[in-house]
Amino acid sequence: MSTPNLEKPDAPSKRASIPLTSARLPRFAPQLIGAIGVGVAAFCHVVLGWPVVGSVIVGGLVFLLALPAWSLAVEGRRAAVDRLMTGLIWTSFVIAMVPLVSLIWTVIRKGAPVVNSEFLTYSLFATAPDQPPGIYHAIMGTLIITIGATIISVPIGVLSAIYLVEYGKGNRLARTVTFLVDVMTGIPSIVAGLFAFALFTLIFGSGFQAGIGGSVALSLLMIPIVVRATEEMLRLVPNDLREAAYALGTPKWRTIMKVVIPTTIGGIITGITLAIARVIGETAPLLLIAGLASKTNTNPFDGAMTTLPVQIYSFNSRQETLDLAWGAALVLIVIVLALNLVARIFGKFFAPKTGN
Amino acid sequence: MAKSIDVSDLDIYYGDFLAVQGVNMTIKARSVTAFIGPSGCGKSTFLRSLNRMHEVIPGARVEGKVVVDGQSLYDPSVDPVAVRRQIGMVFQRPNPFPTMSIYDNVLAGNRLNSKRMKRNEADEIVEKSLRGANLWNEVKDRLGKPGMGLSGGQQQRLCIARAIAVEPQVLLMDEPCSALDPISTSAIEDLIHELKSDYTIVIVTHNMQQAARVSDETGFFNLKATGEPGHLVEFNPTKKMFSNPDDPATEAYISGRFG
Repeated sequence: MSTPNLEKPDAPSKRASIPLTSARLPRFAPQLIGAIGVGVAAFCHVVLGWPVVGSVIVGGLVFLLALPAWSLAVEGRRAAVDRLMTGLIWTSFVIAMVPLVSLIWTVIRKGAPVVNSEFLTYSLFATAPDQPPGIYHAIMGTLIITIGATIISVPIGVLSAIYLVEYGKGNRLARTVTFLVDVMTGIPSIVAGLFAFALFTLIFGSGFQAGIGGSVALSLLMIPIVVRATEEMLRLVPNDLREAAYALGTPKWRTIMKVVIPTTIGGIITGITLAIARVIGETAPLLLIAGLASKTNTNPFDGAMTTLPVQIYSFNSRQETLDLAWGAALVLIVIVLALNLVARIFGKFFAPKTGN
Repeated sequence: MAKSIDVSDLDIYYGDFLAVQGVNMTIKARSVTAFIGPSGCGKSTFLRSLNRMHEVIPGARVEGKVVVDGQSLYDPSVDPVAVRRQIGMVFQRPNPFPTMSIYDNVLAGNRLNSKRMKRNEADEIVEKSLRGANLWNEVKDRLGKPGMGLSGGQQQRLCIARAIAVEPQVLLMDEPCSALDPISTSAIEDLIHELKSDYTIVIVTHNMQQAARVSDETGFFNLKATGEPGHLVEFNPTKKMFSNPDDPATEAYISGRFG
C-alpha cells in the first residue's frame, strides 16, 4: 500500500500553518452585554413607559443578538454560533425558573405571616369561641392518607417491577403489564378518585367517606410511578453481578434480595419518595372519597378526613379564609421539599460505596 | 474433592442458533485444562455450559451430556443451584459486589446461601481464601473497605477468593486475565498453579503463551466457517498440542498463521 498524498512535500507546511491563536472578545463581554440588556429594559420601562414584560423581552433580545453579532465581527462564525447557543440555553433556563421562583416567592410572602404554632397545632373545630383557626387536622390527614397510599403501593409497585425485570423478561404477561402501567401513568386523578369512590360505595353502601378510600385512590396514581422508577433502577444493575451471584450457587430469589436490591436500594427509595411527592398534592380524588372535616380524625377507616390540598381548596372558596389557604399551601410545599431532601439523603446513604 | 468432567456429544444453542456442536472431552481432576480458539468460536459458551450458567441467558439451552462424578448435570432432577455450588466460576471482568466490603465479598457465597457461621469461623474462611488468592497481604488491613476500591487485578483476585471460599470441586475461569496487566496476570497464573493441587481448573484464554504456561491439557475450538457452529478441533496434552499437534488447523492457529 502506498500513501502518495502524505508524501507530497508541501502538505506538512500547509497543515502547520494553521494558527492556534485568534481574536477573542474580552473576558467581560457577556457581562457587559448583559448590563446593556438590563439598561435597555430599564430604559424601555422607565423612560418610554412600556409594561414590564415587554421591556424585559426587549432587553433579553438585545442581549441574545448583540453578543453573537459582536462575536461574529471579532471572533468568526463558529464562536458566534457558540455564543448564540449559550445565550439561548441560559434564556431557556431563566424562563423555566421564572414561574417556579415567582410561585415560591408568592407562597412564602402570602403564607408566612399566617403560619405560626397555633396554625400548625389547632384544627378548624372550634372548642372555644376565641380559638384561632389551624390546619392540624389537615396535616394529620395528609400524612395518614399518604402513608396509607405508600403502604399499599410500595409492595405492589416494587414487586411488579421485580417481576418485570427479573422474571418476565419480555414475555407476553410482562409486556401486557408494562403497557397497562404506561396507561395507568396517564390516568386523570379524578378517575382514580371515582374508582375508589365506586369501590367503597359498592362495598359499604352510598355516602361512605374514609381516609382509606383516599389512600386507595392515591395508590392507583402512585403504583405506576413506583413500578417505572424501580424498573429503571433494576435494569441499571449489571448482569455481571447477577451472574457472579449465580456462579456462587445462589438461588435467584436470594440473588435478587441480597445483591440486586441492595445495589439499587438508594434509587428505589428516591423513586418512591418522588412518587409520594407527586401524590401528596392531589385534591380531586380526595375531595370525592375522603371528604372534608373540620375535626382532627386519625382513624383512616372511619369518617371524613381532610388533607392539605382539599383544605386549601376549601379555604380558597371563601374570601375571609384566603390567607389561610396561602399558609396551608406553604406548609404543603415545605412537606414536599422535606420529602425530597429525605430522598436525596437516603439515595446518598445507600449508594454503593466505591471506597478509597 | 476435585472431580473430573466427562462431556459427550454436547450441542449448545442460543434459541434456534446452534453455537457449539458435538463436543466430546474428558477434563481430568486436579489438572488445568485450557481452551483456546478465535473469538466467537464458543469457548466461553462451552465453559458456561459446564456449570449450567449458560441457561441464565433467555432462550439458551443445551443438548447432550455433561457428567461430573457419575452425575449428569442436565438431568431433570438436578438443581442448577446445587451444580453451581460445586462448580465455581470466575468471569472475564472482575465483578465484586459493590455493596459489600472486601470481607463480605469473600464470604458472599457462604452468606448468600444463608450458611450460619461463627465469627472466628468466618474470619478463618476469609483469611484462608484471601491467602489462597494471593491477596491477603495486600488487603488484610482494610477488610472492611468496599471491594470496589481495589485495583482491577486485586478485584479479580478478590473474585477468585470469593469463588474458592465456597470450596467448589471445579473452578471455571473465563479469560480471567484479559483485563489485567502482566504483573497481575502473572500473580493469577501462579495462583492457578497453586490451586491445581486442590481443584479441577478449566480456563478459557486468548493468550496462547498463557495456555502453554498454565495448562496440562488444551482444547482448540474453531468455527468450520462463518455462520457455522463452533466445534472442538483438537484436545490433547498441552505439550503435544504446542509441539506436535494432530490437526493442521491447530498448528496454523498456534503458529499464528491463522486467527
